[in-house]
Amino acid sequence: MIKMDEIQKRILQEVADLHETPIGAYNFRVNGKSIGRNSTSQIEIIPKENGSGLDIKIQPGTKNQSVHIPVVISQSGLNETVYNDFYIGENSDVLIVAGCGIDNCGSHNSQHDGIHRFFVEKNAKVRYVEKHYGSGDGLGKRILNPVTEIHLAENSSAELEMVQIKGVDSTERRTTADLKEGAHLVVRERLMTHGEQFAISHYDVSLDGDHSSADVVSRGVARGKSYQELNLKISGNAICSGHTECDSIIMDEGRILAIPSLEANSVEAMLVHEAAIGKIAGEQLTKLMTLGLTEQEAEEQIINGFLR
Amino acid sequence: MLELKNLSFTVEGEKEILSGIDLTIPENKFVVITGPNGGGKSTLAKIIAGVIQPTAGTIELDGEDITGWNVTQRARHGIAYAFQQPVRFKGIRVLDLLRIASGKDLSVASACSYLSEVGLCARDYINREVNASLSGGELKRIEIATVIARKARLTVFDEPEAGIDLWSFQNLIKIFENLRKEIQDSSVVIISHQERILKIADEIVVLENGRIKHSGEGSEVLPLIMGTEAAATACARLNQ
Repeated sequence: MIKMDEIQKRILQEVADLHETPIGAYNFRVNGKSIGRNSTSQIEIIPKENGSGLDIKIQPGTKNQSVHIPVVISQSGLNETVYNDFYIGENSDVLIVAGCGIDNCGSHNSQHDGIHRFFVEKNAKVRYVEKHYGSGDGLGKRILNPVTEIHLAENSSAELEMVQIKGVDSTERRTTADLKEGAHLVVRERLMTHGEQFAISHYDVSLDGDHSSADVVSRGVARGKSYQELNLKISGNAICSGHTECDSIIMDEGRILAIPSLEANSVEAMLVHEAAIGKIAGEQLTKLMTLGLTEQEAEEQIINGFLR
Repeated sequence: MLELKNLSFTVEGEKEILSGIDLTIPENKFVVITGPNGGGKSTLAKIIAGVIQPTAGTIELDGEDITGWNVTQRARHGIAYAFQQPVRFKGIRVLDLLRIASGKDLSVASACSYLSEVGLCARDYINREVNASLSGGELKRIEIATVIARKARLTVFDEPEAGIDLWSFQNLIKIFENLRKEIQDSSVVIISHQERILKIADEIVVLENGRIKHSGEGSEVLPLIMGTEAAATACARLNQ
């Protein structure tokens, strides 16, 4: 196992479900430095020459392999912007896990801005999991501003699972995607904000090729005095289909702005959007209480299910 | 044993929905509450479960006054309640509900046995979300499975036949016939108009305009209400 202290190990477990060094390609970045890296015969992780990030090259035809690139920050006051580029070769099928966790017990803000670009070649499939987590009781804020850019070639597909459940003080997430003929994109975003946190999440998806499709769903829970702004946009520029959905639970004094938006630039584009914001339904609480849960336990179950 | 003493429920500014109800639900009994629509049956079920509080009167469980107890306290003391209109959730699976209901980390195999009991193919449903993708009949069966998984001392079913098609209900009746057979150290209260349910009742209570009109052994009360709205055959209710 790569050498890390207990806090760093705990964060790693939160963001990447990792207890030990993973099989396959990986890069562990802790407090701004790579502390362990492994390439495989089919997946190469190369540091950029200017030290600003990594190039991850996945050879054509690579199947059932994974790449883990977790980031852990436990030093208060660290600010970094990292550029990672993923080149996913034709006909490959891979899993990429990229989480970031910040533990800030100090008085300075800690910030990690991960700029990820994906070049998904023809017929390739990628599943991307990104978990963000914050902990620590210092006054310094924990800030994460990820930018994700996805280019999907003909008949390729990407499934994105973007999760931020706890402890991140502020986040501005920007995701853009363009899809060529027959390409397919699925996004499942889950956001929970509490305290005075704010989260902004913008998606801009262009369906450029015929028979391309996208399904972008964001579920959020805003508790305390937190604020969420969700802007999910799909543009249909060909024979294509797109669906966006913002589904939110609002609690306490939380506030949510949900903007699912559609732009049709082709008469053949079939686009649908949905948005709903509401508090937890009283009858849901009552049902779980009749099964023996207290009101607080029932609330937790409902939220955990909603954000699963 | 559950005792309702001089129980009333009034909505402010409106008529009295329940008035001076005295009712005892003994151990090991299968009690059916029936009566015309709007007679106060569902309100009574909700009061027993603690979902709503009576405006007057008391509720005693084994001699202890539980009138002021909330839903959770009553559930933890062995009162289970099946909703007339089952609740839908986003993200909560059938397995999760069965685990919460049983109060333990139920194995998948045990959870599946509850589903088989209500006539659902366990493999198809155990990981399904209890959401809008389920039909009324499926939801009803899942609702009944969660309530059976509670292994409660007193189980209240509020109109299990409501909202499902007749064919599905004919199959559901078997579940209640089994419950009737296996009633050991527990009691079951079912609100129903269905003749086949009334026929297996130990006791029948007829509620009309918020008051108890008849109450007694099933064999005595049933002849008094046959052919009325309180005890309709399936086809008679369809014709109404």
